[in-house]
Amino acid sequence: MAAADTSTFSRLVRLAPALTVLLLVAPVVAGLAGAAAPAFGWLPVLGGEQLSLAPWVSLARTPGIAEMLLLSFTTGLISTALALAIVVLFLGAFADSAAFVWLKRLLSPLLAVPHAAAAIGLAFLLAPSGLAMRLVSPALSGHTTPPDYLFPGDPFGLALIAGLVVKEVPFLLLMSLSALPQCQADDRRHLALSLGYSPVTAFLKAVLPSLYPLIRLPVYAVIAFASSNVDVAMILGPSTPPTLAVSVVRWLGDPDLSMRFMASAAALTQLGITLLALACWWCLEQAIRWCATPRLTDGRRNSGQRLGSLLGGGLTWLSVTLLGASLLGLTLWSLAAFWPFPSAWPTPLTLANWGRALPGLLPATLDTLWLALAATVLATILVIGCLESEALNHRSMGAGATLVLYLPLLVPPVAFLYGLVQLQAQLSVAPGFMVVVLGHCLFVLPYVFLSLAESYRRLDPRWTQVAAGLGHGPAAAFVRVRLPLLLAPIATASAVGIAVSVGQYLPTLLLGAGRLTTLTTEAVSLASGGDRRLTAVYALAQLLLPALGFALAIGLPRVLHRQRRALLT
Amino acid sequence: MTTPFSCRHPLAARGVTGLPGAAFALGAVAVLGLGMPAWAQDGASPLNQPWQEVEQQARGQTVYFNAWGGDPNVNGYLDWVAGELERRHDIDLVHVKLDDTAAAVSRVLAEKSAGNVDEGAIDLIWINGENFAAMKDNALLLGPFAQRLPNFALTSPDANPEMTTDFTVPTEGFESPWGKAQLTFYYDSERVEAPPTSMAALLDWTKQHPGRFTYPLVPDFHGSTFLKQALIALVDDPAMLARPVGEADAEAAMAPLWDYLDALHPHLWRQGRDFPASGPALRSLMGDGELSLAFAFNPAEPAAAVNNYQLPPSIRSYVLDGGTIGNVHFVTIPFNASHQAGAMVTANFLLSPEAQARKQRLDVWGDPSVLDLARLDEAERQALTPMDDQPARLAPQALQQTQPEPHPSWMEAVEAAWLERYGSR
Amino acid sequence: MSQTPDTRCSLPPTSPASPTGALVFDRVAISLNGAPLVALNTQVAPGEVVSVMGPSGVGKSTLLAYAAGFLAPAFDARGEVRLGDRRVTDLPASARRLGLLFQDALLFPHLSVAGNLAFGMPSSASRRERREAIEEALSDIGLTGFGERDPATLSGGQRARVALMRTLLSRPQAMLLDEPFSKLDATLRQEMRDLVFQRIREHRLPALLVTHDRADAEAAAGPIIELAAATQAPSGAAWQGAHRASR
Repeated sequence: MAAADTSTFSRLVRLAPALTVLLLVAPVVAGLAGAAAPAFGWLPVLGGEQLSLAPWVSLARTPGIAEMLLLSFTTGLISTALALAIVVLFLGAFADSAAFVWLKRLLSPLLAVPHAAAAIGLAFLLAPSGLAMRLVSPALSGHTTPPDYLFPGDPFGLALIAGLVVKEVPFLLLMSLSALPQCQADDRRHLALSLGYSPVTAFLKAVLPSLYPLIRLPVYAVIAFASSNVDVAMILGPSTPPTLAVSVVRWLGDPDLSMRFMASAAALTQLGITLLALACWWCLEQAIRWCATPRLTDGRRNSGQRLGSLLGGGLTWLSVTLLGASLLGLTLWSLAAFWPFPSAWPTPLTLANWGRALPGLLPATLDTLWLALAATVLATILVIGCLESEALNHRSMGAGATLVLYLPLLVPPVAFLYGLVQLQAQLSVAPGFMVVVLGHCLFVLPYVFLSLAESYRRLDPRWTQVAAGLGHGPAAAFVRVRLPLLLAPIATASAVGIAVSVGQYLPTLLLGAGRLTTLTTEAVSLASGGDRRLTAVYALAQLLLPALGFALAIGLPRVLHRQRRALLT
Repeated sequence: MTTPFSCRHPLAARGVTGLPGAAFALGAVAVLGLGMPAWAQDGASPLNQPWQEVEQQARGQTVYFNAWGGDPNVNGYLDWVAGELERRHDIDLVHVKLDDTAAAVSRVLAEKSAGNVDEGAIDLIWINGENFAAMKDNALLLGPFAQRLPNFALTSPDANPEMTTDFTVPTEGFESPWGKAQLTFYYDSERVEAPPTSMAALLDWTKQHPGRFTYPLVPDFHGSTFLKQALIALVDDPAMLARPVGEADAEAAMAPLWDYLDALHPHLWRQGRDFPASGPALRSLMGDGELSLAFAFNPAEPAAAVNNYQLPPSIRSYVLDGGTIGNVHFVTIPFNASHQAGAMVTANFLLSPEAQARKQRLDVWGDPSVLDLARLDEAERQALTPMDDQPARLAPQALQQTQPEPHPSWMEAVEAAWLERYGSR
Repeated sequence: MSQTPDTRCSLPPTSPASPTGALVFDRVAISLNGAPLVALNTQVAPGEVVSVMGPSGVGKSTLLAYAAGFLAPAFDARGEVRLGDRRVTDLPASARRLGLLFQDALLFPHLSVAGNLAFGMPSSASRRERREAIEEALSDIGLTGFGERDPATLSGGQRARVALMRTLLSRPQAMLLDEPFSKLDATLRQEMRDLVFQRIREHRLPALLVTHDRADAEAAAGPIIELAAATQAPSGAAWQGAHRASR
């Protein structure tokens, strides 16, 4: 264009992508470098002063290493495939139904449940002495003492997969819901229905091929998380041996400091196994596309309809029910005095656990809140800056830039966080609030971007053009038109950001030197003490904050725009 | 990315107690006489100031105490300590709650490798055993400081070698004792009439009650301690365990242990195919009724757990015939602590009769005192004598039967072999 | 809004703007990725409506996007657009003072009807002046008392009228009309054509109308320029902006 836009606003906005890339890439790369050096024997403070492959040799000789790798790999891929299948089948089978509306309403609270809380709840539910067994004991099962079966913690990682699936289904569903309008899903589906296709088939053949590319990166993020997560695997995964990520954290925490070398090699191996899982998934994608393309046009209108809707409906509700029952279990435990097997209801109910927790709960809640707000505000500003700069430049970010945004989600945190702490010490950056905020931003920003990008990009550019035609420059158009129109998605993205920040454990602990006490650091250190009642109290508190965020995100636009019908749909 | 159950209690340690007190004396002489570290010669260092000077220097400091935060009772006790320190010494004590003491070790290590020698983020660490040995070996500690604390003398270190020996490693003044622990078994008296009082009896009992006993996953220190206890009972000549593993035929010495575990495992909880992650996880299984017999490393833990509903009131505690493994836990100061004077005043206060008496109260924490009653006046003695207020609590005389631990190299050998045999199946 | 000149504020808000001169498309030629797309060389006198006609994809809308300042970077334009003796193509979009009307009314859904009208008005007018101007404008289009209404509750015709008034209240110096009647039903369409063209003449604004409906062009009663289908460039790509195309 002839008229270059050089206002302060535009210059600031154009800075955002560079800042964002710096914020996301620098720590990950530096952290990986910090892990790579000891992996090849270099860590002078521990006497490692020459490069060697010894850490890799001892890693290869570790008993059970093959099982660990296999477990990380399979649980990551299987849980992602299951979660994706559930979401796709559900969307196909129930797109216009009341069930769909209900699930949409449940989505935000489900997303608010931190992974650790969900896993703890699930373990409370499914263990031999858990709520599920208590409900059928002794009347149906005949057990007066808990049976001795191996679940959770089964050697195949089934409990772990279940725990991952119940948390990933809501996430993938959210991502799909925000992508659906972009591929005119409703029109396509209705067209296919009118051509005689059954609902599931219509969705699979007419919508999915366009939907999948839009949710591919979130799916990759899920694979990366599932193959490398520590908290869920510790609670629900097997122990002989555990997944690789759990072992990495254990080795990094081993009092024998010479284990750090092998642990660093294992951290890099974790990165490798995650990349391998992603590569396998990509191959699967290609294979499925190759097999499925001819079938799209084979004219069959009922392929898999009954099975699809049965599975889609059944598994979705099973996931939701499991999660709901887990939360109920957490609530009961937080109110329980001694609660012996097989009674399914704790008597007497007591508030003593909450009373015991309260003195610590309040300051932890405040710290958590400030951290979450600071990280989310920073992340949201940067994300909006990136998206606004796209709009100003009439060009979306390239594939490389998009990949950068997802980098912290694709690189396992155990692979770079410890190296990052090393860097922090090297630069003499005092541990504390600001560092932790930046650390949280690493994980908050990608999720805020995921949640906001589609709505932002979909906003009709003519709104800005109308504003310009009426004499308003880019800054005024942004503040007076784009922001108000995008209030609801921005609020939702912020709530997602808050939920992500609240759930952070390792970054808070490592970058803050443990000085910042959040609900999650409290919950985790209490969980290490095995006090289930207090753990339940903190897990619930941990969940309450994000839930509040989501409630605000839904309520605030409704209040502010209560007279504006077009913005409430 | 959280690590809920990765507990390595600061009480966690592997090693041997009961090396002669001479080791301390020798070590102290060596350090004081010849090997005085450079930082100790710094005039401003609290290590060579009169105690009043140290207290003066400590005023207004914020002390970051990195201590395992998994026990609400301990956390509550430290809240009380913080209040007292504020009142008496104008020190702001911040309890940095860890799920694993190794996190503190990692940070000090990272700081050292980054060249941070006087602005450390950590001032005081609750520690013992292997973590202490690792920090000491890598010169990550400040000291010697323990003998500079006025209250240290109340532990009668010359008469009680365990106050200056941390699992065979002489402390040499690099850590100050805080409390005591001993392997303590407990059972549900409603389900178990006669609990097994020896390792051999435990195998028989487990055969009769399959699935009702287990031990935490090695190398969690609770699990490792159980293996140590079994090794002591099963080895032909327990004396050889006090020497490094290389001096004996380790394979042959450990063979009875593997025979024992091979026989035991099929009758454990989950047939020994899965193990609880930690001592606290073991306690939870007791609370759920999945187990009928378990053990703890704090003799007061079962009673305290009954008090806050985690265990049924029918819990009773005991130690094996001939006693069980016991040890002492300590506090230590990193070499680069920012607030060394404050840390020393805090360590001294933790050793005061008042703080020790409160710590021992079952409704507070229940951790046994490290003070020598003979050094105290009558009122202090009274306050430190536990009352038998809770049937789940171990009788005090049981604590007299403390067994020495094997040399740490044995533990490493046993752990490695265990992981090889049972770690992946 | 530093880019917004203040000259227009000296006038009472609803009185016709002073004539500022003709809207000149001086040898404008637009190409897409090197391929010529559309060219225009014409002059629109104050009060006159020039209609540009042609089939879809011929680049009609691209012309308007260029004049208004929203041409996507993928397009390459030569020539210039002048308003009187001002070269508007050198100015940022918000300083060009070209009033736009689209197919859709595009009333801001987060503002009331009055808020939409106020949005287009110069900020220098006092609150009272603004309120009076809005009331006058509403009564002018038969919507007295609709000020606090949610735009979503208005009928299609009502919205179109509010959108027209919003543009006029911003005191434009020319009008660019992008098929503004195509989404209205037949009777309403006639009504709106009359209203829009009448106002354009009243305010003596030069106006460029892009349409594929010959009745629109005839009702405009001005010169008609027929563009031939020269390329296969997708219509709408210019307005939508290439930043949406990469997905």
